[in-house]
Amino acid sequence: MAAPLTLLLLVAVTIRAALFRSCLTDLIAERVEVVSPLTAWKRVVEGLALLDLGVSPYSGDVFHETPLIIYLFHFVVDYAEVTFMLADVITAVALYMAVKDYNKQVFRKQKFALEADRYPLDCLELIRSPKEMYYIPLKVAMFYLLNPFTILSCVAKSTCGLNNAVIALFILSTIRGNVLLSAVFLSLSTYQSIYPLTLCAPALLYLMQRQYIPVNFRRASFWWFITEYAFMYLGSLSVIVCLSFFLLGSWDYLPSVYGFILSVPDLTPNIGLFWYFFAEMFEHFRLFFLCVFQINVFFYTIPLSIKLKEHPVFLIFMQLAVISIFKSYPTVGDIALYMSFLPVWSHLHRFLRNIFLVSCVLLACSALFPVLWHLWIYAGSANSNFYYAITLLFNVAQILLVSDYFYAFLRREHHLTYGLYLKRKDGSEATLILK
Amino acid sequence: MGLLSDPNRRRALIGLLTRLNAPICIVCYMAGVAWFMGLSFEPFTLRTYMSENAMGSTMVEERFPAGERALATGREFSAHKKKTGGMPVDWLVKTMQARGLEVFTQRFSRTLPFPDENKERYMVKGTNVYGILRAPRAPRTEALVLTAPCSPGDENNQAVGLLLGLAQYFRNQIYLAKDIIFLINEHDLIGMQAWLEGYHHTNTTGMDWSPLQGRGGSIQAALSLELSSNVVTSLDLVLEGLNGQLPNLDLANLFYAFCQKIGVLCTIQGKLQRNDWDSVSGYSHAVQTMMLMVMKQASGRPWGDHGLFLRYHIEAATIKGVNSFRQDKTDATTIGRLLEGMYRKLNNLLERLHQSYFFYLMPSLSHFVSIGYYMPAFGLLAVILLLRALDLWVQLVTPPPRTEDGDTDIDQQSSPGVLSVLTPLVISHLTGVALYMLPIRFQEMAVEHFPVSETEAVVLTAIAIYTAGLALPHNTNRLLTGEGTEQGWRVLKLVAVLYLAVLLGCTALINFSLGFILALTLVPVAAFVTPHVPKVLSAFVLVILSPACTLLYSVFFFHELQEMPISFQEGWLLYLSVISQGILDHYLYGSLVYPLIAVLVYPCWLLFWNILFWK
Repeated sequence: MAAPLTLLLLVAVTIRAALFRSCLTDLIAERVEVVSPLTAWKRVVEGLALLDLGVSPYSGDVFHETPLIIYLFHFVVDYAEVTFMLADVITAVALYMAVKDYNKQVFRKQKFALEADRYPLDCLELIRSPKEMYYIPLKVAMFYLLNPFTILSCVAKSTCGLNNAVIALFILSTIRGNVLLSAVFLSLSTYQSIYPLTLCAPALLYLMQRQYIPVNFRRASFWWFITEYAFMYLGSLSVIVCLSFFLLGSWDYLPSVYGFILSVPDLTPNIGLFWYFFAEMFEHFRLFFLCVFQINVFFYTIPLSIKLKEHPVFLIFMQLAVISIFKSYPTVGDIALYMSFLPVWSHLHRFLRNIFLVSCVLLACSALFPVLWHLWIYAGSANSNFYYAITLLFNVAQILLVSDYFYAFLRREHHLTYGLYLKRKDGSEATLILK
Repeated sequence: MGLLSDPNRRRALIGLLTRLNAPICIVCYMAGVAWFMGLSFEPFTLRTYMSENAMGSTMVEERFPAGERALATGREFSAHKKKTGGMPVDWLVKTMQARGLEVFTQRFSRTLPFPDENKERYMVKGTNVYGILRAPRAPRTEALVLTAPCSPGDENNQAVGLLLGLAQYFRNQIYLAKDIIFLINEHDLIGMQAWLEGYHHTNTTGMDWSPLQGRGGSIQAALSLELSSNVVTSLDLVLEGLNGQLPNLDLANLFYAFCQKIGVLCTIQGKLQRNDWDSVSGYSHAVQTMMLMVMKQASGRPWGDHGLFLRYHIEAATIKGVNSFRQDKTDATTIGRLLEGMYRKLNNLLERLHQSYFFYLMPSLSHFVSIGYYMPAFGLLAVILLLRALDLWVQLVTPPPRTEDGDTDIDQQSSPGVLSVLTPLVISHLTGVALYMLPIRFQEMAVEHFPVSETEAVVLTAIAIYTAGLALPHNTNRLLTGEGTEQGWRVLKLVAVLYLAVLLGCTALINFSLGFILALTLVPVAAFVTPHVPKVLSAFVLVILSPACTLLYSVFFFHELQEMPISFQEGWLLYLSVISQGILDHYLYGSLVYPLIAVLVYPCWLLFWNILFWK
């Protein structure tokens, strides 16, 4: 499997290198779908210039990345293109290894269940074979590296690629069962963009499942493990935060990075839901709706964790999707990360219902973004409503996609417990209806 | 959400859509065409009305007296033009300065990618002269533009005269709150492009021009004047700009309102308005007018010197004086008063024109069809593609019957790999890129080896590549992937149909007319083509409905609409010149129609060609 992966990496790097050399780079780096005020390379360059002049990069309202990023680029700014390509490669390899491990576990669990005769007889169709699972890790890497969204994001040098790499490393270390590294990478990704905080729930569930600690609020071992993880997480987080403080010599960055993410002062249009809503709103209600919108991102953790406590990896996928849909400055790079997980759930395809509709809508919206942007900004004949309508549709399609996968996953689990061909009480064929 | 979650209802709906797919598609197509034809029926259209408050409620009084003197200036201009054999720059500078304007000149030069045979120019050098009348009433942050092209020969002298006359008149008025820039541009659109790029500090087309020495505020609106006779019978309004962009409808309303007020006959697309909408001839007159607008818009080229302003967010139109055999004539003083009135109203603007529509079609000057009314016509055509895609998807996901040898079925299902879809996609796009790049690159080589001129070389190379593309893709595909499978073409067709739907949708948003015309011809192709239809007949139909043939019909249809039919021979020559003009428009002004057709629409059509010859 190493050879195809290497080939894939070579192809991906070649495409990126070719695009870096083409005239499209500047065009892509300006697209609001690809870069957000947080991740734009232009702003990083500005921050670096300020840093070189001995001014705090957070003075003024341009730079909003974290101090570690700016110090990273302080050293590697000449190799920025290589860094971003490397970040993509790291993400892909980490996801590859993580999914490979995960598949092994899934298969082992399935074998145990089969041996214990836990599956109903008519469910043999649903059993996954090693043959079909063999190429899944490669497909995951391919979905990430060759996804146009990732390529655009990398060519635009959006720092989103680095965040994705950190999150991928977090997933890898979690799936490998390394508690310390998992906590460290989680704190690093939280430090980068706050929202990955919600990934602590699936990480905890997964690690506990791995160490056979029951999820039971009355057990001491449960609380002990949580304390342990929280300690490591908070410890590394405080180390990183203090390190940033010592690097810069001030706390300027806290309001400028996290305040910027949470209070959404920059309403540049993007593919998210915030900008139009907050541009239209009366100032009076701003705080209230800000809370509502931000709580929205975090809130789904609770019901999803309860429902999916047996399947933490699927929970990670759901959480990543929820974050990338509802976060304050989403870019296509965030979408690429959760979309790379889709091959892992390829066995759910028979239960997906709206995949055709959703993929059509996503495709059409991706093409319509630049068109409506052109009509609004350059031609002046359309207006922001046109663009926002497409944003809204794009997000609805994403939500439908995610909920469709969620439904399919639950339905498969249901069938694995109750049998594939359900009968009504009177013996006729039954259909499952989600209401 | 009931539809999305209830499996029974879904099954019923999908069953209905797949069973009745063909009839629904046919009905949709007919309904789309019928809807479009219905658009020009007067009771279905809206009357134009002024939306802009600043221009609507205020009254202005026109007092321009000096039409005769303007004509005299025009004659003087014409004499100097003849003497210098081009634009009389010195005389213009002197005359404008004498009228109290701040006068500046701009030199520009441009070598065309290949000689323009229509206008007989290759290496263009010229000078723009413009004078700025500073606003006496307000901070000089906004400006209006009045331009007249300095055309070769005896044309447009009256326009320049009237422009200078208006400049002199406006100089003495105290009410102006915006700068007025009087521009006389040489080499029509090339000069205009140079001036606009200079004014806005951009350079999108690689032209050489000297920077502008003087500037007014941001330009709010512009009118271009074309006048070649001392008296006119009617004034024609030209709206279509680059890439089918239109100015805000309020500009057309303004023109119409003043024509009504002053009592000048006004036309659009050269067609007078008729009142007998309920008669057949009245209806067909409206259809003709609207069709002419659709054809002009679809061509994506600027149909007057105003066309390039629109790219810079400046509302602009061209006003053309027409002198026909009609009895009632309008003199220069009246036209001057009309322009004075329009400029005084534009002078009252508080913000850019934005209240009224940007997307519209006009079956007459007093009626318009807005985007909400014409988009369903396109939507009905586009929905056919989605229905076909749904049908294909259902065929693809329904497991094949298991009763007869299950093994082969499973093989068939798994075999349409990424490669069998990717290869035709890549090959047809490479053909498209060749069609876009090669004609210009190879002109010198073609001229060396064949007895043709550069322009002919470019056009004929383009046609040759286009025709060669028909042979290439399906052969290469057969060579690479061997036997094509049943599932293989379905997947390819699904991709092609969705691709076409997205492509046409995006085109129709930017340029409705182009999108609609392409949809009219390409949607039937996309809907019916499979490898199992009779080959020769379908290949013939496919070629007839290909983008190049669509262009050929459009040329004939356009002349039919203008009521000057042409013979096939003339039509063919015109067709060749239209292609060369399209390529030139792209390289000179950045018109997008040529790259769109070459790089996206043609490859998409090739995919369907590929499906037909799927082995």
